[in-house]
Amino acid sequence: MKLLPFEKPLAELYDKIAQLRKLSVEGNIDLSGEIEKIEGRAEQVRKEIYTNLTPNQIVQVARHPHRPDTDSLIRLIFDTFVELHGDRLFGDDPAIVGGIATLGQFRVVVMGHQKGHDTKENIRRNFGMPNPEGYRKALRLMQMADRFRMPIITFIDTPGAYPGIEAEERGQAEAIARNLREMAGFTVPIVSFVIGEGGSGGALGIGVANRLYMLQNAVYSVISPEGCASILFRDAKKSDIAADAMKITAPEIVKLGIADGIIPEPLGGAHHDWKVVSQSIQEAIQAELCKFKDLSEQEIKSQRYAKFRAMGRFLDPGI
Amino acid sequence: MSIIDWFAKKEKSTGSSERLNIPGDVWVKCTSCSEILFQKDLESNQKVCPKCGFHFRISPEDRIRYTFDTNTFIEKDSEIGPTDFLRFFDTESYTDRIRKAQSKSGKNDAVVSGTATINGLPVNTAIMNFAFMGGSMGSVVGEKITRTIERSVEDFKPVVVFTSSGGARMQEGIMSLMQMAKTSAALERLAEQRVPYISVLCDPTTGGTSASFAILGDINIAEPGALISFAGPRVIEQTIRQKLPKGFQRSEFLLAHGMVDMVTDRRELRHTLSTLLTTLSIPREPNQ
Repeated sequence: MKLLPFEKPLAELYDKIAQLRKLSVEGNIDLSGEIEKIEGRAEQVRKEIYTNLTPNQIVQVARHPHRPDTDSLIRLIFDTFVELHGDRLFGDDPAIVGGIATLGQFRVVVMGHQKGHDTKENIRRNFGMPNPEGYRKALRLMQMADRFRMPIITFIDTPGAYPGIEAEERGQAEAIARNLREMAGFTVPIVSFVIGEGGSGGALGIGVANRLYMLQNAVYSVISPEGCASILFRDAKKSDIAADAMKITAPEIVKLGIADGIIPEPLGGAHHDWKVVSQSIQEAIQAELCKFKDLSEQEIKSQRYAKFRAMGRFLDPGI
Repeated sequence: MSIIDWFAKKEKSTGSSERLNIPGDVWVKCTSCSEILFQKDLESNQKVCPKCGFHFRISPEDRIRYTFDTNTFIEKDSEIGPTDFLRFFDTESYTDRIRKAQSKSGKNDAVVSGTATINGLPVNTAIMNFAFMGGSMGSVVGEKITRTIERSVEDFKPVVVFTSSGGARMQEGIMSLMQMAKTSAALERLAEQRVPYISVLCDPTTGGTSASFAILGDINIAEPGALISFAGPRVIEQTIRQKLPKGFQRSEFLLAHGMVDMVTDRRELRHTLSTLLTTLSIPREPNQ
């Protein structure tokens, strides 16, 4: 497992453990007591590191190459899943996966940004950065969900919508904007999870939800900390300050009333145990869908509208 | 541009103004064709260069004067103001930035909204102001745009919005992003009521503003030469590591790619809006 820069103290301990193991095998010596001691120490260090993560460190956890991806989570969470492809206009965007799925009594449409775990897969998935056809595929699937009374589940994990020439030519802005408007009108519940990076409009493009959850080490921001640092601080290296200033961590997003809950992650991050994380998400989905079962179509739509309508902080002497 | 080019350019420009010895508020140089223009001529031409047709960025006050029937504009929600709820500090505090922009513009934030008539036809309108923190969309812009649309959901008057904005206001963090969803959701309600919405995209309209209400017009009109994009040219250049073609992301490019209905000269805009709105609006009794 790749260790992050701030996990360096752990790397040293893990090295030591590996050395002792090797020594114990090669020299046929029993070093289990020693090894256990260092393992205990490593666990303690890990706990110390992970209870005091800075926002910038959380960003690194959110971007960890082994963090659970949308496709894997879908297969862990749902009983059945059939992937569907294409926007019927231009192409099929591998940066967004989606399809129909079942979970116990529920039929749903599920989709999300798809990153890879290695360079090859990441290139295929465009690092989880959709082109307009990705958003249009998502919209097509959501419209189908609305037609067939299927709740919509979305997983958000993108650095942002792709900034490229062709993306602009095909209307990246229009594709995202249309999703924002259409999602506001659906009469089936939409439940979204930020599982890693919630990168700006590219994230929101599938995130106009009735209920929004953040994984504990996920982040959600209007611009990447690096982007913010280079524009406002005139120095991309100040991304740690920008990450702090923008309030992008799960507790902050909940505090601002944008997210409704946090899905806990195992110590050291979600990449250490995909299964545990998928179970927590599954429970949240079931609980939410049960709640929405009793609401009328109009109530579902109104609840979503009211939620977004209330977002904003300003001074209004008239109130 | 190399530093030498920069000095060369600087020398050249100081040279010409020395030679002409002109005070800045009487004469102005066209950004596009470099023609020296008499300020009064430019203003009487709706701030369009009489020589090359370049459209200068204009203030909401100018926009109101050029577009609506005289003295029909009534401002709404002018009292709503921004607040530094994240206590955001970059090279200076958001609080200070707000204060400076407010004292410079005499306005609370980057959009002016209200009601007016065009050739007698009543509309609800909002006009963004690029001079106020780059026209960035924070909570106030999002709220005023949303209220403008919601007024039309109630009274069925068409909505006309003039956009000019660099995108979301980073100093308000995630809350600025959510204004994209809030304004777009209001437009969903407007469409449900079958009330027309015309978006006039002015220079520049980028980022979160372009990817929400700006591009969602029943009819999208772009002013000539306006930069209209999701990602900014610099970001794209950095991503693909090559120079962008000339005219990329300008109004005419968007027209060619099917993203706007027309590119309309500012001096024709009032007439165009009037025709479109009259034709589009469903005849009905006002809901009052």
